[in-house]
Amino acid sequence: MSAITPEVIAAHQLTAPEYEKIVSLLGREPTFTELGIFSVMWSEHCSYKSSRVHLKKLPTESKRVLQGPGENAGIIDIGDGIAIAFKIESHNHPSFIEPFQGAATGVGGILRDIFTMGARPIAVMDSIRFGRLDDEKTGPRNRRILEGVVSGIAHYGNCFGVPTVGGECVFEESYDGNPLVNVFALGVARHDEIFYGKASGIGNPVIYVGAKTGRDGIHGASMASAEFTEQSKQKRPNVQVGDPFLEKLLLEACLEAMQTGAIVGIQDMGAAGLTSSTCEMGSRAGTGIEIDLQHVPQRETGMTPYEMMLSESQERMLLVAQSGREHEVFAAFKKWGLDAVQIGVVTGDGLLRVKNHGEVFAEIPNRALADEAPRYHRPYTKPLRTAPSHAPRVASKNLAADLKALLASGDICSKRWIWEQYDYQVRTNTLVGPGSDAAIVRIKGTNTSIAMSLDGNGRYCALDPRQGAKLIVAECCRNLSTMGALPIATTNNLNFGNPERPEIMAQLVECIEGLAEACRFFDVPVTGGNVSLYNETLGAAIVPTPVVGIVGMLNTAPPVANVFGQPGLPIILLGGLRDADWAEFGGTQYAKIILNSLWGTPPKLDMDYEKRVQATVRELVRECVVESAHDLGDGGLAVALAECSFGPSDVGANITLDSDLPPELLLFHEGPSRILISTPTPEKVFAAARKNNVQAIHIGVTLESRVAIRNRNQILIDSPVAELKDSWTNALEHLLQNLVPV
Amino acid sequence: MKVGIVVFPGSNCDHDAWYAVSENLHQRAEFIWHDSASLGDVDAVILPGGFSYGDYLRCGAIAKFSPVMRAVKDFARQGGPVLGICNGFQVLTEAGLLPGALVRNANLKFVCRTVPLQIVTTHSPFTHQAAPGQRLSLPVAHGEGCYIADDSTLNQLEAEDRVVLRYLDNPNGSMRDIAGILNADRNVMGMMPHPERAADTLVGSTDGLAILSSLLDVAVKAQALAS
Repeated sequence: MSAITPEVIAAHQLTAPEYEKIVSLLGREPTFTELGIFSVMWSEHCSYKSSRVHLKKLPTESKRVLQGPGENAGIIDIGDGIAIAFKIESHNHPSFIEPFQGAATGVGGILRDIFTMGARPIAVMDSIRFGRLDDEKTGPRNRRILEGVVSGIAHYGNCFGVPTVGGECVFEESYDGNPLVNVFALGVARHDEIFYGKASGIGNPVIYVGAKTGRDGIHGASMASAEFTEQSKQKRPNVQVGDPFLEKLLLEACLEAMQTGAIVGIQDMGAAGLTSSTCEMGSRAGTGIEIDLQHVPQRETGMTPYEMMLSESQERMLLVAQSGREHEVFAAFKKWGLDAVQIGVVTGDGLLRVKNHGEVFAEIPNRALADEAPRYHRPYTKPLRTAPSHAPRVASKNLAADLKALLASGDICSKRWIWEQYDYQVRTNTLVGPGSDAAIVRIKGTNTSIAMSLDGNGRYCALDPRQGAKLIVAECCRNLSTMGALPIATTNNLNFGNPERPEIMAQLVECIEGLAEACRFFDVPVTGGNVSLYNETLGAAIVPTPVVGIVGMLNTAPPVANVFGQPGLPIILLGGLRDADWAEFGGTQYAKIILNSLWGTPPKLDMDYEKRVQATVRELVRECVVESAHDLGDGGLAVALAECSFGPSDVGANITLDSDLPPELLLFHEGPSRILISTPTPEKVFAAARKNNVQAIHIGVTLESRVAIRNRNQILIDSPVAELKDSWTNALEHLLQNLVPV
Repeated sequence: MKVGIVVFPGSNCDHDAWYAVSENLHQRAEFIWHDSASLGDVDAVILPGGFSYGDYLRCGAIAKFSPVMRAVKDFARQGGPVLGICNGFQVLTEAGLLPGALVRNANLKFVCRTVPLQIVTTHSPFTHQAAPGQRLSLPVAHGEGCYIADDSTLNQLEAEDRVVLRYLDNPNGSMRDIAGILNADRNVMGMMPHPERAADTLVGSTDGLAILSSLLDVAVKAQALAS
């Protein structure tokens, strides 16, 4: 057995005071196996030690929340005795080291979090961020990472049989050395069939099911809690390998085993595998767990207890069954050809006792591992900010060319190349798939559908983390409302740099406080999520990137279109043109793509006004008053008008504005609280807007095959839809083939 | 009248086929586990889409050894209608019930897209309710949907009017734009597009009913004859 020296402690990424705390909790020096167990459970990834004190500020309750943070996934009541379970998780570090398997196992991990609660996964979305595809130096690597991540997601989700219904994909210099892969999954269960990760009932058997344990992924959790250096490539064996077929069998077998009524508690073996599942289940129930590793199915020989406890082999679950009814559980797994073996028993002493062939290798109070990890009040100052506050001089030479450039940019262009590689229809619930404001899946057997959207904006948060976070929540809720759905709950993924740097910690704190304020205001409590810190490569942190996933409810019905359907219909800008100034223009896509610059502040947000705009559009969509609705986001009014024109029949718009704003601001500012509507009955839209005290301006009419925008008598843009659509449609493929037109 | 839907480990469109038959078309449907030696009293069989056995060796290559496939072959030999969709089509070619093979898409990527198709022949239990030359829009979702066969097989399929569906905008490089074919007895059909995903106006279209209701109608008639 290795001696525990300061070097060994440091290699486990534990500090000297943390080690002292371990000694005092145990009342003795830990064994080497115990040190390994503590190191993963107390890693940033598993313990949230830097963020936990701030995460408490998030609202977590509403009358719909059945399960908030702390379980494998949050659970929300949607009526009819039905609940949805959903959560988002990151797999940033593994996806950088090995994009295909990193992303694939990210999907696998979040799916297990959902079905371990008894919920059948019915939708996946991905928020993925990469470095610049067209950069001379980093472009080739960024393109390779994108292709790998997309195929990894496709490989896992398609085979497992869950539709990938939406997401977002963003390119930014700051992700050059640190891509972000955040995966969201949502499942559905009956209220009375929800399962929790609790090891209750002294004497009950502890059962291991699923894949055999190997040496893969050892210390994955602590890897995810460190920055990248030149040596990171040597960590490749830390990345796990996914088997979606096995996970599909595990899903079906678990759901069948749950039907027997013989399962007391169940949890997936995610980060820190056997370690986290045993001590967390014990800790939640206030019990102890004793296991003997000789019973663990192994696919390699000569594995030590240390290796088995820390392995992150995929597609494994731990469950506790009612004593005497094990055989019912075993039968379900046998039918699906899976290993299910008893490896231990629930005890009354509160300890995690790990034996191998009878010899004790670890004996640690479950609570010490799961609940008594250090919590840091890390110091923070002002958020890191490098952007200037003043705007450069902006004078466009050609507004139509600017619009085309924006439409062809990575963030705004069609992501069809990505989402056509995903099966977005399997299970035949997808009413609205990728490429829309929000995805919608119906819940069969009810009259309810669930809308969902993922949003993030690192640029806004780099300028003002608090304001950026609020804008993200507002935008995500607006996406749902535009489809007619009432936003009901949130999951979030906080992607930041090294929290030990006070200016990075400040970004995290301000973002969390912004999220808390907005989620409270829009009544979308946070039911869980993930924090990914140390997203730095060679000392350069990513821009602060909180990603929110918000779900909403609506009645099952044919969905509203995001695109114009026929010429000659009035177009209304709900919410109005809104005010804008140059200082607030610095975070926009125009500033990024056309001016290659970042300055000032994010757009202003009047949350109360936003809420009223959203209530208005929900009402209009629900009552089928509108023929199309599309919210304004990246690229502002001009981009939204173009996107509305990219329907199957190329119906564009003839727009006349009346504004004192300079044309660049008027066309491209990203002020929130705005939705483009086409409708045969504009008076009903005006009436609803008046009732809710929001602006609604009649700005034009749908027009066959052209997009023409005037301000008063000045023509700003007049382009054939086909030309705009061409820029937008194939841009991503061109970027990937490095065929960027100059 | 009853449709049997075979479930292999890794099938994932089994429930979709069940839903289309039972909820959209109001006929009886039941699942048949891959290790059953018998199909029971079903009037038609659907081999659904998915990734049977993970498709780890070759698509459908392991599924053909499942005990249920012997029963499926007997059922087909006796003239029972068998429809293989997507992975089910791959299983049928591997099992020798249909000629040719399905290989990686020409661009080597999985593709999920609704594509235009044309019904080439209505002389089959799967298309007799359709109009000759009728156009359909159906979703495809596969990584290995490129139909290949040698020239003489392709010529024979065409000469015997056994090409049922053709792509009008070929998404995967299939030879002669073939999307679906029949066996010589015309009671076994394989197709890559998913009719069960187009059986409900809410989720896109009902174009898939041209195929599914043809099949169910035949099964109903067969049942009437037997009783």
